[in-house]
Amino acid sequence: MRVLFALLIATFAGLVQAGPQIQHWVAPSGAKVYFVESRSLPILDVQLDFVAGSGQDPADKSGVASFTASLLEAGTDKMDEEQISERLVDLGARLSTSSDHDKASVNLRTLASTEEKNGALELLRAVLSAPTFPDTVLAREKTRTIEALKDAETRPGSILSKQFAAAIYPGHPYGRTATPESVAQITRDDLTAFYQARYAAPRAVVSIIGDVSRAEAEEIAQQLTAALPTGNTGNTGTELPPITLPQRNTLKVAHPATQSHIAVGLPAMKRSEPDYFALLVGNYTLGGGGFVSRLMKEVREKRGFAYSISSYFAPRVQAGPFEISLQTKREQAQEALKVVEEVLNTFLTKGPTPQELAAAKKNLIDGQALRIDSNAKLLGYLSLIGFHGLPLDYLDQFPRKVEAITKDDVKAAFQRHVKSENLVTVIVAAD
Amino acid sequence: MKKFLFAASFTLAFFAVLPAPSFAANEAADETTFEKTLANGLRVIVKEDHRAPTVVHMVWYRAGAMDEKDGTSGVAHALEHLMFKGTKTLKAGEFNKRVAEAGGRDNAFTSLDYTAYFQIVPKAALPEMMQLEADRMANLLLTPEEFASEIQVVMEERRLRTEDNPEARVYESLHAAAFTAHPYRRPIIGWMDDLKNMTWQDARDWYRAWYAPNNAYVVVAGDVDHQTVFKLAEQTYGKHKAQPLPPRKPQNEPQQQGTRRITVKAPAQLPYILMAWKAPKLADIDQDREPYALQVLSALLDGNDAARFPKRLVRSEKLAQSAGSGYDATVRGETMFLLAGQPAAGKTVAELETALQAEMRRIQEEGVTEEELKRVKTQTIAAQVYKRDSLMAQAMEIGQSEASGVSWRDLDKLIDKIRSVTPAEVQSVAKKYFTDDTLTVAVLDPQPIDKTAKPKSAQSEFAARPH
Repeated sequence: MRVLFALLIATFAGLVQAGPQIQHWVAPSGAKVYFVESRSLPILDVQLDFVAGSGQDPADKSGVASFTASLLEAGTDKMDEEQISERLVDLGARLSTSSDHDKASVNLRTLASTEEKNGALELLRAVLSAPTFPDTVLAREKTRTIEALKDAETRPGSILSKQFAAAIYPGHPYGRTATPESVAQITRDDLTAFYQARYAAPRAVVSIIGDVSRAEAEEIAQQLTAALPTGNTGNTGTELPPITLPQRNTLKVAHPATQSHIAVGLPAMKRSEPDYFALLVGNYTLGGGGFVSRLMKEVREKRGFAYSISSYFAPRVQAGPFEISLQTKREQAQEALKVVEEVLNTFLTKGPTPQELAAAKKNLIDGQALRIDSNAKLLGYLSLIGFHGLPLDYLDQFPRKVEAITKDDVKAAFQRHVKSENLVTVIVAAD
Repeated sequence: MKKFLFAASFTLAFFAVLPAPSFAANEAADETTFEKTLANGLRVIVKEDHRAPTVVHMVWYRAGAMDEKDGTSGVAHALEHLMFKGTKTLKAGEFNKRVAEAGGRDNAFTSLDYTAYFQIVPKAALPEMMQLEADRMANLLLTPEEFASEIQVVMEERRLRTEDNPEARVYESLHAAAFTAHPYRRPIIGWMDDLKNMTWQDARDWYRAWYAPNNAYVVVAGDVDHQTVFKLAEQTYGKHKAQPLPPRKPQNEPQQQGTRRITVKAPAQLPYILMAWKAPKLADIDQDREPYALQVLSALLDGNDAARFPKRLVRSEKLAQSAGSGYDATVRGETMFLLAGQPAAGKTVAELETALQAEMRRIQEEGVTEEELKRVKTQTIAAQVYKRDSLMAQAMEIGQSEASGVSWRDLDKLIDKIRSVTPAEVQSVAKKYFTDDTLTVAVLDPQPIDKTAKPKSAQSEFAARPH
C-alpha cells in the first residue's frame, strides 16, 4: 500500500553517535564485501547485488532482468523449484530476489545456528552459481506475468507509473517497462545470456550483517561468489545512455476511476550527484517530510483535496526521477494541480524559510537513529554504500553534510535539477 | 501475494501496516516486558529492548468500527484523522510538527476492534511524546471548519482504497453479506453516504464516549527503563479521570443457514473470488483447541512457499494466478476463515472455486502430514526470532493481542499451543467448519474499461450490496 513518507528510505541515512563499524574487503573472487558484526540477535542477513537491473534489458525484451532474478530460485543443477522451496521452509530461512532499474538483488535471512545457517548459505550458493532456468517454469511464469501486466493496465496507479516513466524518459531504458508483448518474446537463452554476462563476481556487492565473525564472513563471501559466472568483459555495467530531458508537456489518459491519479516530475538526480544533500534537505520541506511538508499542508490539510500527496527524488546510476504525486476526486483535478504548481513554483523561486530549513535539518539529523535501528535497515545501507561506491563512513558523514546545507544551496540545487521547462504532468482518469 | 489478497482487511487511517498476523507470540516476554495499571484504569505495557537508542510509543483505544452505529459508520476512523488537529493548548498541525522536530515519525490506524496512535522517536523524545499523546486523550478541540475539510480527505481515502479498488470492494461486499446483525458488516472506513452526512458533532460524541484512560492502554517498546516509563505515565496520562463507558452489546450474528453468493462488477482484467466460512475465534486460551488448529490449517494452505496453495494450485496444476488463505483467531467480534484467489489464464472463477473446495475436501478426507505441520511450526518459531529485529513489530504484536483480550503474558503460550496441534485436529476442524451452509462467496466480475465513460456515482456502485 501507499508509503506516505516519501523520503525514500534508501536515499538517506545517518547517525548522531558513531556509526556502526562497517568492514570492507575484496574477496578472492573479486566481489566487494561490506560487513557489520552484530551479535545481539541469533540471525544472519546476506545480500548480493549485481549490475543487472531493467536498465540492462535488451531493448525489445523488457522483463529479462526481472525474470533472470526471479527465476534464480526456479531450479539448480541438483534441485528443482519444489525442493528449493521445501528446503528453505525446513530451514526457517527466507530467500528473496528482486530487481529495480539499476540492479538485481538476492537476499537471504537465516537463523544463525550452525545447521540452519550452513544449510541456508549452501542453498544460496547453489541458486547463485548453478541456476538452470527451466523452460517449464519460465513458460508458467511468463503466463502469470502477462496476466498480471494486463491486469495492471486496468489500474489507474499502475497506468500512471508506466506512463510517467515513458513520458519523462523517452527513448531511454529507464522509460521502458515490461509489456505482455515484450514478455511473450523472452526465451530461456535470454535469461542464460543475461545471467552469464551480468552475474559475475567482480561486479558483485556482498553485504553481510549478523551473528558471525569477520573470518566467517570472509569465508561466506568467498563461497557465495567463487562459482559465479566469469561475466562478459565487454559490458562494464555503466553503459546506460545519457538522459535527454523531456520538454514540458501534459499527458492525459482516460480511465473511469472516481479519482484522477496525477504525477508531475522529470529526470533529476544521479546517486553520485554533489547536490544530493541540498535536494534531500529541500525536498523535506517541499513534499518529503510527510505531514509537515508544504504540499501536504496546502493540498490536504487546508483544502481536503487528497489523502496522499508527496514529492520525492529517487536517485539512480543515471538521473533518477523527481516526482510529485497525488490522487484527487476527478472533478477537482485541475484545481488541485493548480495548487501543486503554485507550491512548487514558490519553492523553486524562494526556497525554504529559515524555520523550515532548520526543522528539516533537525528531523533528518535527530531522526537518524531510527533509520539504522535494525539489522534489516543496516543491510540496506551496506548495499547502498557498496553498489554506489559511497564512502565507508557515509553514515558518519551524513549529519555534517545535512547540517552544512544553506538556503542558497537548496535554491540553487532545485533550480539546477527541477527546471520548469522540463516538467512533465501525467493525469490518469482525466476529464 | 497475501498482502494483496487481503489488502482490504485493515483500514488504517493514515497508512497501512500489516495484514493481521496468522500467529501472535513473543520470545521470553516475561523477562523483558512489564505492566502497570494506573489509578484511572490506564494500563501501561513496556517492552525493554536496548539494541538501539530508539523507542516506539503507542496508545490503543478499545473503540473501533465495531462500536459504531448505523448511519455514522466510519466515525471511529474520521475521529482518528481529527486527532491530529489541535487541542486546548496545541495548534492544529502542531502535533506532527513536534514529532518531526524530535526526529521522529508518527501515524495512526483504525480497525474493526480498536484505534491506535504511535510515534517512533529517538529515545530522548519519549517524555514529550507521552505528554503530547496524553494531552489529546482529553483535550482535543474539534471545530466545524476542521471537520469539514478533513472529512473531504477521508472521502478521498475511501475513493483511493475502496471505490477504485476492485478487490477492496469485493471484500467490503462480502462482509456486508456474511454479517447481517454483527457490526463487522460495516466497512471500517464507512459507507460513502455516511461520510457525506457525518457532522462534527458525530465525531465529538465519539471522542467523548470512548477516549478515556480506562478504555485505553499504552505500549512502549525500545531502549527505556520500565520504571521511568511508569513514572512518566503517571505524570501525563495519570492526570485524566476515568469515565463511564457506553454499554457494549454483543450483537451476535445469527447462525447462517445456507450459502450466500454475491457478484461485484468493476473495471478490471482478472476475476477474483473470496470465500468465507464462519469459524470460531479464540475465547479461552487454555481450553480452546480449534482456533489453533485453524491457524495451522491456514498456514499449511498458504503460510509459506512450499504450502499447498502455491505448490499445487499455482505451480503444479496451474489453476490459480494467485491463491491465499486467512484466519484471525484474536478478534473482539466474530471471525471467518477466508480463501481467495484469481484464476489462472484460461481458467474460470468457477473452476478456481471448485479447486479451492477440492483442496479443503482433500484435507477432510485424507488429512495432513506430520511433515507439513513441522514446516508450519519451524516457520512460526523462525518468524518469532526475526520479529525481534523490528521494534515496531514487537509493539504491534503486544498491542494487537491485547486488543482482542489476549494478554502479552500469554504470547509465548500461543506459540506453544500452535506447536501442540496434531494432524487429527487439523483434519477435524476442516471437516467441521467448511460446510456450505456457513459459506459466503463474493466474486469480482471484471468489466472492460470504457475509456470515455465517466464513473457512476458512488451510490450506484453499491448495487451489489445485499439487503
